[in-house]
Amino acid sequence: MTILMRFALDSLRVMLRGGPRYYALLAVLVLGVLVGLAAYVQQLQHGLIVTGMGDQVTWGVYIANFTFLVGVAAAAVMVVIPAYVFGDAEMKRVVLIAEAMAVAACALALLFVIVDLGRPDRMLNIVPLLSHVNFPRSLLAWDVVVIPGYLVINLVIPAAVLFANYRGRTLSHRRMMPVILLAILWAIALHVVTAFLYVADVAKPFWHSPLLGPRFLASAFASGPALLLGVLHVLDAVTSLRLSDGVRRLLANITAIALQINLVMLAAEIFTELYRPTEHSLSARYLFLGLGEADGLVIWIRAAIAMEVTAVAILMVPRLQRATAPLLCACALTVFGVWIEKGMGLVVPGFIPTPLGEVVEYVPTMVETLVSLGLWCLGTLIFVLLARPIIAINEGVLGENP
Amino acid sequence: MSARREPPCPSRRVALKVLGAGAATAAGSLLAGRSLAEPAEPTESAGFWSFFRTHYKEMTRGEVDAMLARLERKYSRRHKQPVKVVNTPAPDGVLFGFALSLERCKGYRDCVHACVKENNLGRNPEMQYIRVLEIDRGEVKLAGAVHEYDHPTVPAEGKAYLPVQCFQCDDPPCVDACPIDATWMEPDGIVVVDYDHCIGCRYCMTACPYWARRFNWTTPSVPVGELNPDTHYLGNRPRPGGVVEKCSYCIQRTRQGRQPACQEACPTGARVFGNLLDPDSEIRYVLEHKTVFRLKEELSTEPKFWYFTD
Repeated sequence: MTILMRFALDSLRVMLRGGPRYYALLAVLVLGVLVGLAAYVQQLQHGLIVTGMGDQVTWGVYIANFTFLVGVAAAAVMVVIPAYVFGDAEMKRVVLIAEAMAVAACALALLFVIVDLGRPDRMLNIVPLLSHVNFPRSLLAWDVVVIPGYLVINLVIPAAVLFANYRGRTLSHRRMMPVILLAILWAIALHVVTAFLYVADVAKPFWHSPLLGPRFLASAFASGPALLLGVLHVLDAVTSLRLSDGVRRLLANITAIALQINLVMLAAEIFTELYRPTEHSLSARYLFLGLGEADGLVIWIRAAIAMEVTAVAILMVPRLQRATAPLLCACALTVFGVWIEKGMGLVVPGFIPTPLGEVVEYVPTMVETLVSLGLWCLGTLIFVLLARPIIAINEGVLGENP
Repeated sequence: MSARREPPCPSRRVALKVLGAGAATAAGSLLAGRSLAEPAEPTESAGFWSFFRTHYKEMTRGEVDAMLARLERKYSRRHKQPVKVVNTPAPDGVLFGFALSLERCKGYRDCVHACVKENNLGRNPEMQYIRVLEIDRGEVKLAGAVHEYDHPTVPAEGKAYLPVQCFQCDDPPCVDACPIDATWMEPDGIVVVDYDHCIGCRYCMTACPYWARRFNWTTPSVPVGELNPDTHYLGNRPRPGGVVEKCSYCIQRTRQGRQPACQEACPTGARVFGNLLDPDSEIRYVLEHKTVFRLKEELSTEPKFWYFTD
């Protein structure tokens, strides 16, 4: 018990101590969180009327971010599988960082749902076992089970591994395997359930497509590793963590392949919707072509497609992939491209036109934007705080007997 | 509209399907029965968990009565007039249905405004349960329908009118969507919302193929003196902010044998409301003798709302 306490206290100390640059980073992030909090207080006082949403477009940038972040969380398996199942030593060195990212993404996804609720004060009504949960009929009830479950798994496994490392030991591969397999299956389930949240909706032809689940996975396995690769580059530059060429190449290749699968499915979707457009294709037409004057998302989705194609082009040329600047550029394009395509580009067109044919566009307000930015700062903060002890312990700076 | 007791019928859904298909004579025999879900038995709420709000359907009679009394005091104080909140249960042998004559509807929208007053809909901005669509004569096409038509007089040349509200689907996708059972179908077929349980996630709204649900984006307000004081817990009682609501076929009226406000307000008599299980009801006459159709029947939601032509 005392060792566990010391582990916790030591970890806490590394989280809260650092050089001036580290404090500056924390200060900026905390400031961002506070700004978001102030905006959220506005929203609590006046209701969701301060957002750009309405009875026509009932979900907006909050649920868009939620959807994107669930993908980022699930994508941690792309590191977990090579590290634990295939025993790749290089991947093992960054797997805890990937899991920390999954924890931050998961927590952030939950928070984005909470800020979207009309009655966050009644949140207890949705806690399984404590309340009347419509399980298994409601897909949202599934998500309420799956997301916190994934969060717990991704906290417990890395904590156990880290604690063992702290004591200078390693956990036996055989004993960990069942939990690792659970984590892998849970990650896939997490993302498929979130896709089915949309697919289950017969009222929205744009979402009611069997392609949506596979597309969710492909885009997640592109954006997650791309984000991780970017983050690892930053950590390589500012901390003692080293990003090896093997990890770099593997993550870049995963991104390149997943992104191409995603683009193929996107092309299939565009063809199906637009070759002989029916009334059910109106949402897709709104997204890709615009409906008359209503074309708010057209420039965004076209930019997203251009970003993803450019990223694939960079990643598929070995010389470009090996160079740091083009690689980081491809990572950023992938992350932003998928964020648009799977966030706003998926959620908002579902509502346009409404089931009764009304076309009302959606633009997030300043309050929504600030709340979202505040939450992203909070997510980054969670990640940074988790990454500190991970790096310190793994690099041998921190331990029972350092 | 009389509520009569009949021997149970195994499948109400089949009956509705047949009716929807317009096979009126066959429907007559099928509909001669009823199959109603038994109302939930009140159970004793567990002491420790009473910290969490007990679900309405699991409250004891005493808990419900105490809650209604508390709500009456609260609403009366806030609206400076005595407000009654009842929870009249579904009558036996009743399944409510609506039919609307597209020939008689002239787009006056009196139903829309009567509904706002009767159901104490928020006025800031004004919420409306009924949306009257203006469509070109000769087609029933929702894409391109005009939602906020504004002519000096209606009906406009070459236009027809299609009022849409909650159809109280017999297989409601919105009820499936709700993660916490805050919305459900009552034994008389009305889909209701417990405004004190809803967390405002709006998943039910995305699930509705008829755009029938509304959200309180702010705390709704009704000017003092304009509140309809005869309210039902699952219907027109004052709503809090941040929750979803919808048409309840005027549950506060229809469960006491009255007609819905929209039906009473219609100057052309386009609306026919009644008990689908009563073979002598006017709605049964319409379903059996007129050409009827339902919106988006291919989605298998089984609306209990038919459009007809004379």
